Amino acid sequence: MSKGSGDRIFRAIAYSAAALILLIAVVFVIALFIPALPAITKFGLGFFVSRTWDPVRIQFGALPAIYGTLVTSAIGLLIAFPIGLGAALFLAEDARLRFLRGPLSFAIELLAGIPSVVIGLWAFFVLTPLMRDSVDPFLKHTLGFLPFFQGSASGYGFLTAGVVLAIMVLPIMIALSRDVIRAVPRSLREASLALGATNAETIWSVILPYARVGITGAVLLSLGRALGETIAVTMVIGNRPQITSSLFASGYTLPSVIANEFTEAVGDVYLGALFYLGVVLVLITIAVNVIARLLVWRFTRGETVSA
Amino acid sequence: MSLPLIRTLVDRLVAGLIVLCVSVAAVPVLVLFLFVLINGLPGMLTPGFFTDPPHPQGVPGGGVLNAIIGTLEIVGIGSLLAVPVGALIGIFLSEYGRNQIGNTVRFISDVFTGLPSIAFGIFGYTVVVLTTHHFSALSASVALAVLMLPVILRATETALVLVPNSLREAGLALGAPRWRVTLEIVVPAALGGIVTGALLAMARAAGETAPLLFTAFGNDIVQTNPLQPMGALSLTIFRNALVPYPNLQQQAWAAALLLVTLVAATNILARIYVRRIQR
Repeated sequence: MSKGSGDRIFRAIAYSAAALILLIAVVFVIALFIPALPAITKFGLGFFVSRTWDPVRIQFGALPAIYGTLVTSAIGLLIAFPIGLGAALFLAEDARLRFLRGPLSFAIELLAGIPSVVIGLWAFFVLTPLMRDSVDPFLKHTLGFLPFFQGSASGYGFLTAGVVLAIMVLPIMIALSRDVIRAVPRSLREASLALGATNAETIWSVILPYARVGITGAVLLSLGRALGETIAVTMVIGNRPQITSSLFASGYTLPSVIANEFTEAVGDVYLGALFYLGVVLVLITIAVNVIARLLVWRFTRGETVSA
Repeated sequence: MSLPLIRTLVDRLVAGLIVLCVSVAAVPVLVLFLFVLINGLPGMLTPGFFTDPPHPQGVPGGGVLNAIIGTLEIVGIGSLLAVPVGALIGIFLSEYGRNQIGNTVRFISDVFTGLPSIAFGIFGYTVVVLTTHHFSALSASVALAVLMLPVILRATETALVLVPNSLREAGLALGAPRWRVTLEIVVPAALGGIVTGALLAMARAAGETAPLLFTAFGNDIVQTNPLQPMGALSLTIFRNALVPYPNLQQQAWAAALLLVTLVAATNILARIYVRRIQR
């Protein structure tokens, strides 16, 4: 029967396409490790704890870049989390000003679509002078007793990079939390309102507790995005491999070392060290993303225990 | 109605905070667009911006023809690689993928979605640049193709799953084999979703910089050979922003305006297409 053979051929083609992506995934992992090998063999696991980044003496360690990645991402999330959650509550909950929802959703989608190099360009020419002349001096004046807000402020550094990351993860944070909040059963909020709770009380004691797992997932997915953001951060972080408590100081992040030093890296070990940073970055983001997806997935599939 | 004053106040306060959050979230979008428009327009209106290659640093004038051609060609070749494969994997997921293999493919696609874009650059570097000993537009296309793949295959799967089963059953009942039902009934019915997914993936790829740094590498000469290093709009923005020449910085803003317009136009096209199909 020719009918059956046609089906078999099509099925085989579809299956081989699926096999292709598995193959790409395997090659991808190998491709990440190959250019890093000279550095992996030379520095081993000590790479993770070494603070030295010295191209002249060919000594490299990832700690300053890991520190910068974590600090800037943390600042980004600290800013984006409350704002994003508030905006998500507005888009999912607030019945007043309903006419604003469409345009706002559109604006946030636009923000998500702006290339990161354009955000970097804007941050480089507009945000850094603003941070240097207004925000940083203000923080120094009011919170200067904390170690985070001391030292001279050039505008380039951890804090500015954190603000840029906040802008960049905001669309994801808002969109995901909005969906999670919308997935809270209507009956729950109506029951709360019927018992006499105000809107604010309903949000605080019914909606947020119910959506907690999903929102955690949204935060982690935003974190995954922030950790790997390259170009915009490279343009404002100041590019100096150091670990300091001052958020005004210049720093480095994992992807920005790679982006910034690739063209000047000479020798197998130097180049390998850059790609070793890439391996570290990918391992961290995969871990964060897998945890996040499990959380969001568990929540939206309704596998959480509901009363 | 006699709520204690404090509860009313807290409620009002929270409502106010929520509106404040929305405003703070919307402000960066407006500010960004305004700055890109105001700073980019003069450079874009400079004669030669669209038609000339860049001049050497310090020499006034020049354009970004190399980058315009580069972005179009790199994304174009990337799409040629990614769209057929992505659509085929999407068909697999929707028509044959309700099993362990399908779930594995979905998991891998999700992991790819979450990877930092610079990782795709490393992939293109190892697989193409290291084997050919040459930076090239092709290596950038390969990197971007893998980056586009998850977007396309997920969009295809979603679109195909939404096609009612009654259509499939009608086709099968008429005696058509399953492959013809899939290709001639299900896929055309879902074409809108597939095209939208492809356009969104192209918009994302066009805006990427990090994957191009060690693949396409950049080139100030107008280059159309995909086996040679090539410029791109995102690379022009990145490199020109960091040099101390005002005319090159102006060019960076103009290139940013062009890139944002290109990306936004592709996004809007995708939306219009969806609406027309849904009617």
